[in-house]
Amino acid sequence: MKKLLIPALLSALIVGCSTTPVPEDGGAPVESRDGNKNGAITPVDVTRLDASGLPRELTDPKSKLAQRSIYFDLDKYDVKDEYKDLVAAHAKYLVANKGFKVLIQGNTDERGSREYNLSLGQKRAEAVKRSLSLLGVKEDQIESVSLGEEKPKNSEHDEAAWAENRRADILYKAPDGRGEF
Amino acid sequence: MNRLTRRIFLIFALLTASLAQAQLSIEITGAGANRIPVAIPDMAGDSAAARAISATVRSDLDRSGLFKVIDPVGVTMDENTAVNYGDWKGRGADALAAGSVSRAADGRMEARFRLYDTVKGVSLGGAAYVTNTEQLRAAGHRIADYIYEKLTGEKGIFSTRIAYVVKARGQFLLQIADADGQSAATALSSSEPIISPAWSPDGSKLAYVSFEKKKPMIYVHSLASGQRVIVANFKGSNSAPAWSPDGRKLAVVLSKDGNSQIYTINADGSGLQRITNSSGIDTEPRFSPDGSSLYFTSDRGGSPQIYQVGVNGGDARRVTFEGSYNVSPRPSPDGKTLAFISRREGRFQLTTLDLASRQVQVLTDSHKDESPSFAPNSRMILIATEIGGRGVLSAVSSDGRIKQRLSVAAGDVREPAWAPYLN
Repeated sequence: MKKLLIPALLSALIVGCSTTPVPEDGGAPVESRDGNKNGAITPVDVTRLDASGLPRELTDPKSKLAQRSIYFDLDKYDVKDEYKDLVAAHAKYLVANKGFKVLIQGNTDERGSREYNLSLGQKRAEAVKRSLSLLGVKEDQIESVSLGEEKPKNSEHDEAAWAENRRADILYKAPDGRGEF
Repeated sequence: MNRLTRRIFLIFALLTASLAQAQLSIEITGAGANRIPVAIPDMAGDSAAARAISATVRSDLDRSGLFKVIDPVGVTMDENTAVNYGDWKGRGADALAAGSVSRAADGRMEARFRLYDTVKGVSLGGAAYVTNTEQLRAAGHRIADYIYEKLTGEKGIFSTRIAYVVKARGQFLLQIADADGQSAATALSSSEPIISPAWSPDGSKLAYVSFEKKKPMIYVHSLASGQRVIVANFKGSNSAPAWSPDGRKLAVVLSKDGNSQIYTINADGSGLQRITNSSGIDTEPRFSPDGSSLYFTSDRGGSPQIYQVGVNGGDARRVTFEGSYNVSPRPSPDGKTLAFISRREGRFQLTTLDLASRQVQVLTDSHKDESPSFAPNSRMILIATEIGGRGVLSAVSSDGRIKQRLSVAAGDVREPAWAPYLN
């Protein structure tokens, strides 16, 4: 829970700095003395946050949790064994950080009906959602939607492009509402 | 249906497919033995306006594939000129339309014309249309509709409009144009995809799916005012809107309970009712013209096929049987035909099913047909297809003989929807 407070504290600090007027008599603001009446210090650790204040665990390209894509076979919507570890890692993070939410976007290749593909993408997103739920992630932390064939990552028209586009992506939303990253 | 009849149907489908292709090649070589030869001399009066209207009439009739237009270059004729029937028969014309354009007292243009049967030597009637100078082409479309109806016995579609989506330079434009692709106007611009436009039965609104809020939601857009209402924004995806024939309800596809399932909802977003209950994908609902049932696509049998269910739900009946991928059902407005997209040997092709005889016919030889939409007279089907890697629209007659193509210069065109008649 402590970790969740950090971005909120940070943004409170930033807001404080930019808006607190400097008193004309040059004296320190009364509030700051009040706030530290008992000499209490709340430690702030920003080593776990990136430049924009988001957890490095999620944004560092070297982190497992920076891997967000799960690929599917043609016309299929089952999560393949090779992605079980990745899904488990995301589940673990979401269980430990209940303030974070994920949006799962299902995608398909360009062949066939756009509306049918929208439903197929939904099935893929739903399959990832179900895997996360089974590992303890709360229902209200996950929304699964479909982009169908409408937002291809690779806009070529060959087998390699199609394989890249048959995919579900996991997008995070921070407790302060920032997302999707 | 037993296996033997199914096999017979398959053979028949393949035969008609090759026939359709053969007929197309005849069309290309320009034989057109069945075309009605009709002469359209220049209309008299205000010459610029007359030229514009005459050109529209000729191009409409020619494009329909049902007429052979005879343009007696340099001949001007108004609706009161005495007709020398023998002379026109000699030029090969079975029919003749003559008219004039004049400026009315209020500044608008008035086009008058008369249609003649040169074989029988009689007048078939005439009419007068008043338009603004900017809408001269509209007068031409109405004259062409008149001629079409008198000579074929069916209502024309030249005055109707079409909606479609253009993707160009990363932008998505929902556009509306005349049925010949002219006079295009943009109803919605977005940097996110727009799919599945569907006209309300009165032609005043479009329902569609927009991804502008990062996920698919269903909007109803009033074209005159530009007012937009979100009618379905449930958890998950909201898609595939289809209007009931009375315009009061929409059939929609929601994934709020997991899979894509079909629901009906009032056009203001109230009164949600679940129609299908399956563990697979149910999508692409379309009302039958009498409003009593819905055609839809489902993979409940293991592969996507077309089914039919009552508007209040219940047991669904399977409609398509051949092949492993039949999607995008569209019943014709006259209720006689079902158009859909069928995958055959990896190619996606426009196919029709005669609902009375159960006869299946493949209408194109293309590889990426999508989103069929019937003209309001049930004679033509507009589809999105791909030519040379570009998205284009193609209008195909319901017998597969006549084909027209609509494309844009620098972009892809897709998701066509033919508007209903405006009353």
